Amino acid sequence: MEMDGSREDSFITTRLSEKLVGLGLLGTALLTIAALIVIMATLIVESASFFREVSPLEFIFGTEWTALFADKKFGAVPLLVGTLLTSGVAIGLSATVGLGSAIYLSEYASPRVRAVIKPVLEILAGIPTVVYGYFAIYTITPLLKSSLFPDISFYNALAAGLAMGVMIIPTVASLSEDALYAVPETLRHAAYSLGARKIQVIFKVVVPAALSGIIASFILGLARAVGETMIVAIAAGFRPILTLNPLEAVQTMTAYIAQVSTGDAPHGTIEYQSIFAVGLYLFFMVMLLNLVGNLVVRKWGIKT
Amino acid sequence: MGNQDLRRGLFGGSKTLLVFADRSVSFILLLGISLGILFLSLLLITVFIDGWARLSPSFLTNPPSATPSKAGIYPALLGSIWVVGLAAIIAVPIGVAAALYLTEFSKNERLRNLIYFNLTNLAGVPSVVYGLVGLSLLVYTLGLGRSVIAGATALAFLILPVIVVASVEAIKAVPELHKLGAYALGATKLQVIAKIILPEALPGILTGSILSISRAIGEAAPLLVISGLLFIRDAPRGIFDEFTVMPLQIFNWISRPQPEMRELSAAGIIVLLALLLMMNAAAIVLRNKLQKRVIE
Repeated sequence: MEMDGSREDSFITTRLSEKLVGLGLLGTALLTIAALIVIMATLIVESASFFREVSPLEFIFGTEWTALFADKKFGAVPLLVGTLLTSGVAIGLSATVGLGSAIYLSEYASPRVRAVIKPVLEILAGIPTVVYGYFAIYTITPLLKSSLFPDISFYNALAAGLAMGVMIIPTVASLSEDALYAVPETLRHAAYSLGARKIQVIFKVVVPAALSGIIASFILGLARAVGETMIVAIAAGFRPILTLNPLEAVQTMTAYIAQVSTGDAPHGTIEYQSIFAVGLYLFFMVMLLNLVGNLVVRKWGIKT
Repeated sequence: MGNQDLRRGLFGGSKTLLVFADRSVSFILLLGISLGILFLSLLLITVFIDGWARLSPSFLTNPPSATPSKAGIYPALLGSIWVVGLAAIIAVPIGVAAALYLTEFSKNERLRNLIYFNLTNLAGVPSVVYGLVGLSLLVYTLGLGRSVIAGATALAFLILPVIVVASVEAIKAVPELHKLGAYALGATKLQVIAKIILPEALPGILTGSILSISRAIGEAAPLLVISGLLFIRDAPRGIFDEFTVMPLQIFNWISRPQPEMRELSAAGIIVLLALLLMMNAAAIVLRNKLQKRVIE
């Protein structure tokens, strides 16, 4: 009798402690949701005080950005164009090399070659961004200057974009490879049985079948380039002038945030508030790209 | 329509050209991959040539200085250890706990999917945004100042999604039979978690954690916003001290025009890369060791 009672007790304590632990763990899981809400709320609240001084229309459509001068104009188009210019160069490089690597790894490489090449490519993603900045400014720019573009500026969008492109190669390569790998073997066999050569199988069957996944890999790569800070802060310059010439210095949205941060803008000034407005703009752009990219991967990427 | 026509219709093209393209394409693709590897080698070679001469024991133990021959990376090295160590202490328990909830406790499919979806989003937030939120919320609203704890908290949330996802994978890989066996012997759920799931998932959790920590060591943008790139001569002594970290010290040296500063930044990069290499090697060794023990 007594034994049964204590058993009952320990059963209840066990159930109770299980419930409590479960609740505690739920709290940590919910913390990840809270984090995103807090991020958005902070950006919006801080930007609100900026947009009391500057009209959102001027911010989005204005073509002059003189935030750090006496006569302040907050038209973010030059920052946006600078961002798109460096990111465009980056995605151009990483899409070409990344997709090429993915096709090679998925369709040509023997398991042994794969086992060597994949980890080496992954290393590129693990190198700190300041190192890429160093590489852009002291290796890529001098190389470009001595070979193709003698007139290139010391700080320029091209070298920064190329360095970012190298950084993003693994992102594009591994996501594209997943998409190519997911194309059913039967499709390849069917094409071969119709007399297609390997190159035709790859470019007329496998790549089109995996296209949505490949495009998703480009979008997610672009999202990383748009949000990247240190490479452009080191190598692209701090010159918020509207230009499409990649040989000139530009300023990206992230580089502006970095510049104001290094200058220690006093809390509460319009410069301080402006980095949150730029941050909010950046946040929405990157989140939109990520959302689209991840939706494409989830909806069409795996099944084909 | 003859067989030949059908073939041309679907996969048209001149035969000699096709044969040539067929043979050359794998070569071209391999060349593309080599380009990535070439970039990597070029990068490492440049850095080593530039920085080798500046590397010495005193480079590791001296503070930065206007005299390049006396300059060192000591406060930044210690700052990195403080900030990233503290970030790991905050993020790893939270990440493992959230992973345990997702794999072992959650019964609500929709909530679980929402959390996974949210983790993907969180992982996509640009790192500099974590710095902005840290600056507003931690540095000013909570009054922590430009301190180690403010930087570490921002970094902790930056690496949290990676730790959760790695831990979920590790926990899911624990064989169902081991859990059922423990339950059959009368173990409670908490005992199964503590005695079966966590020990068996430990190698995966540790590997994921170390890899996310090595990402945090290389991270500069959020800490640039939070610390404001101050000129720091002393290593932090506590969590409320100001700090700098290795990537920020390197950034500081890169942004100066003198050639000596460039050499210093290259030397700093060598130290940073060596540290990352050691962490990754540790992750591999640890995983192999622990995996063996579990199998025995």
